[in-house]
Amino acid sequence: MDLLSLTAVELSKKIKAKEVTVIEATKAVLNQIDKIEDKINSYVTVDKEGAIKRAEEVQKLIDDGSLTGPLAGVPVAIKDNMCTSGMLTTCSSKILENFYPTYTAEAVLNLEKAGVVIIGKTNMDEFAMGSTTETSAYGPTRNPWNTEHVPGGSSGGSCSAVSANECFFALGSDTGGSIRQPSSFCGVTGIKPTYGTVSRYGLIAYGSSLDQIGPVAKDVTDCATILETIASYDKKDSTSVAREDYNFTEALVDDVTGMKIGIPKDYFGEGLEPEVKEAVLAAAKELEKKGAIIEEFDLGLVDYAIPAYYVIAAAEASSNLARFDGVKYGYRSEDYNGLHNMYKKTRSEGFGPEVKRRIMLGSFVLSSGYYDAYYLKALRTKALIKQEFDKAFEKYDVILGPAAPTTAPKIGDSLSDPIKMYLGDIYTISVNLAGLPGISVPCGVDSKGLPIGLQLIGDCFKEKNIIRAAYAFEQTRSYTGPFDK
Amino acid sequence: MSKQYETVIGLEVHVELATKTKIFCSCSTEFGGAPNTHTCPVCTGMPGSLPVLNKQVVEYAIAVGLATNCTITQNCKFDRKNYFYPDNPQNYQISQLYLPICRNGSVEIETEEGKKSIGIHEIHMEEDAGKLIHDDWDDCSLVDFNRSGVPLIEIVSEPDMRSAEEVIAYLEKLRMIIQYLGASDCKLNEGSMRADVNLSVRELGAEEFGTRTEMKNLNSFKAIARAIESERERQIDLLESGEEVIQETRRWDDTKEYSYAMRSKEDAQDYRYFPDPDLVPVVISDEWLEEVRKRQPELRDEKMARYAKEYEIPEYDISIITSSKHLADIFEETVAICNNPKKVSNWLMVETMRLLKEHDMEPEDIRFSPANLAKLIELAESKVINSSVAKEVFEKVFDEDINPEEYVEKHGLKAVNDEGALRATIEKIVEANPQSVEDYRNGKKKAIGFLVGQTMKEMKGKADPGMINQILTDILEG
Repeated sequence: MDLLSLTAVELSKKIKAKEVTVIEATKAVLNQIDKIEDKINSYVTVDKEGAIKRAEEVQKLIDDGSLTGPLAGVPVAIKDNMCTSGMLTTCSSKILENFYPTYTAEAVLNLEKAGVVIIGKTNMDEFAMGSTTETSAYGPTRNPWNTEHVPGGSSGGSCSAVSANECFFALGSDTGGSIRQPSSFCGVTGIKPTYGTVSRYGLIAYGSSLDQIGPVAKDVTDCATILETIASYDKKDSTSVAREDYNFTEALVDDVTGMKIGIPKDYFGEGLEPEVKEAVLAAAKELEKKGAIIEEFDLGLVDYAIPAYYVIAAAEASSNLARFDGVKYGYRSEDYNGLHNMYKKTRSEGFGPEVKRRIMLGSFVLSSGYYDAYYLKALRTKALIKQEFDKAFEKYDVILGPAAPTTAPKIGDSLSDPIKMYLGDIYTISVNLAGLPGISVPCGVDSKGLPIGLQLIGDCFKEKNIIRAAYAFEQTRSYTGPFDK
Repeated sequence: MSKQYETVIGLEVHVELATKTKIFCSCSTEFGGAPNTHTCPVCTGMPGSLPVLNKQVVEYAIAVGLATNCTITQNCKFDRKNYFYPDNPQNYQISQLYLPICRNGSVEIETEEGKKSIGIHEIHMEEDAGKLIHDDWDDCSLVDFNRSGVPLIEIVSEPDMRSAEEVIAYLEKLRMIIQYLGASDCKLNEGSMRADVNLSVRELGAEEFGTRTEMKNLNSFKAIARAIESERERQIDLLESGEEVIQETRRWDDTKEYSYAMRSKEDAQDYRYFPDPDLVPVVISDEWLEEVRKRQPELRDEKMARYAKEYEIPEYDISIITSSKHLADIFEETVAICNNPKKVSNWLMVETMRLLKEHDMEPEDIRFSPANLAKLIELAESKVINSSVAKEVFEKVFDEDINPEEYVEKHGLKAVNDEGALRATIEKIVEANPQSVEDYRNGKKKAIGFLVGQTMKEMKGKADPGMINQILTDILEG
């Protein structure tokens, strides 16, 4: 049996059936990391000793019957923007090169309660700003399908780690597509839940009104199971929502009969690679064959999503990142003269160019005289985009489209042209602006052998619709990762 | 000075609210803990931490708003005020700019020139910053975040005041309202109430306002009065000598009685305010508003009117007793027990005030219980103890809140009301002091005082002076 080819839920079942031990699973993952991490660089931190120790504890808890959940014993990776008590948490930035949080993020706590083993913290674009995981201060992550290509971003490390079997699943965070786009590039499955579903407490904020934590996994079943585990109403997060229904695995049913699926024409225009278009439309056909009703429609305001997003996210980021100043924690410049100079040098040396670009952009759009013209206008645009989706969801249960216009670009190609990189987020960003849930499911590979992702978008709190559609589609294809081809 | 000038003053008053926990986390607001002991990830600005609004802060703000005739913004929001300073752990302060909780209010003040209404532009909620401690020895600065996140309201007045007298009347009025609401103890010297004075001058009769300055670091009413006078003169001198007043923030040094410029409008920061995305809008339903309104205690003006009607005590007494909510509470509770408003008022007005002054205390610091004051009054009124013993026992009540009945019993302080025994003693005193008796009979009526004193001494202070007087007169006249 190839342990690493199991999904998280399958592995946990075998552990509980005493066919595999937690330590065996953990060691298998650690071996895989030893073998390929040099080439991929999925992790900022691998906690070997901690993982083995935790694996032993978890095994005992499973043996004595106190851990029985569907994820018990599973080795996982956490994106490095979620606080883990006592474990280095860097946001892939130099400014947090020495930051050990005093507490653990709520979503991670929920996983720990379910009995997972944390292997380490995954690489990302610095402070989640980027779409390629090349802006990390700890070097770029490479796509396991082809190491000359990027894994996408910003949760590139989480997605590559799952894709390369360096963990059984991972947590990512999605502000403008940061779970769905790298999932698509790495051939894994990722969900961005409805805003407010997973607590943001302990997630180091980028764009607070857009950030959501979500699962990155090998299949839809794992994703639904993980989401069910991490989602909770958390009083410590004022934007957390007490949902009526957290039972996401209920939607793992191979039946889309009568489900109404809308395909926005606007998502299939200029800029979309023909091979991606073909694969996504083929996926739609599969769902239609299973009884779904597929219809094309016009989704308005698509062109406004990117500018609105970059104004809002940058504005919030400029304020969220102000606390990294060298006073309380993290990097402080070694050589400075007085307080102001300490701030200036610490932040100049501690932040990378993409982060600085967005802090400057955000500070600009919030400054007096520009606030109304940029920030308020962007907020109004956000509200209008939400209305467009509301209209669409009056007619459709699910909106179907690509997760990204292309497959993974080559390393180095995106950074030279940030505008081009920003445009790559066109299909994912509006989902964050409207607070909706979205899932990316692998739906094929292009002629270069790089995976293509299908994106399914649901109305707020209707994760079950997209899980159901994704699950039904998943039954029609065979999963092929880079290492089990 | 040839021209006549008018001073125009508006106030920004910060009040620390009396909540048990901070505005956005559950840390204690208690004053004086060891540095950084009342802290958590939220109030130290740790990455990933999130604020959660303390409802009590909203209720206090609503209560103050209602008591100052404001309109309550039933859908208000918090904004971030962005600026870098080490006492501010997130490098932004959570405050309210766009939709403050209260707007368009007013309070009525009374000065020698009569009654006047002072407008309140707005009241908003915000968090306090930490405290910087400069260590000269090690040449470094340290931050204590215990105060970081303590809730504040800022009350912004309209530029409606024209003199230091009006400013102080306004501050007194605010303080009284807020103390009555229990929303804060409003101590200027301890910083739980802080006032910044915005002041400009203009020629009498001018329509336009002059350029204003903002004065900070005013820690007492006296400092405020001095700073206003000084700033008024400074601005007039500038104008008289043909110079311009610069819009700037100035810091008052009360020991030097001088202010100096901190920063001018040119280097004023752009705070890049925007709605805090970590907090949801505060929705104040009609029901919630009504609940707070119903819970509003009787404020001072209403209380004064009721006292005049209900207790029939002089207006002067009423104004002193109601000048402190705590004092008024003691008054009412004591009256409820002993049903003698005039006597209770007297004890509070005379002996209590004297002892407060002697101990340099505020009425808020009174710790004795109404029950013990009532017992003391009953002992005195029923002549179980005489008036001088009563004063002595009251001091014990004031200091230690002792039970007067037990104390009088234990120390044998009961007045001797046995006329026979008293007469015997007096006869003895009269016999021993023939000179005084003779003086008295020769018309020196004052000599009786000496004889009363001697009798009291003999009785160890426990006799009733009235009774001594009566018996003595009987004997001397007879």
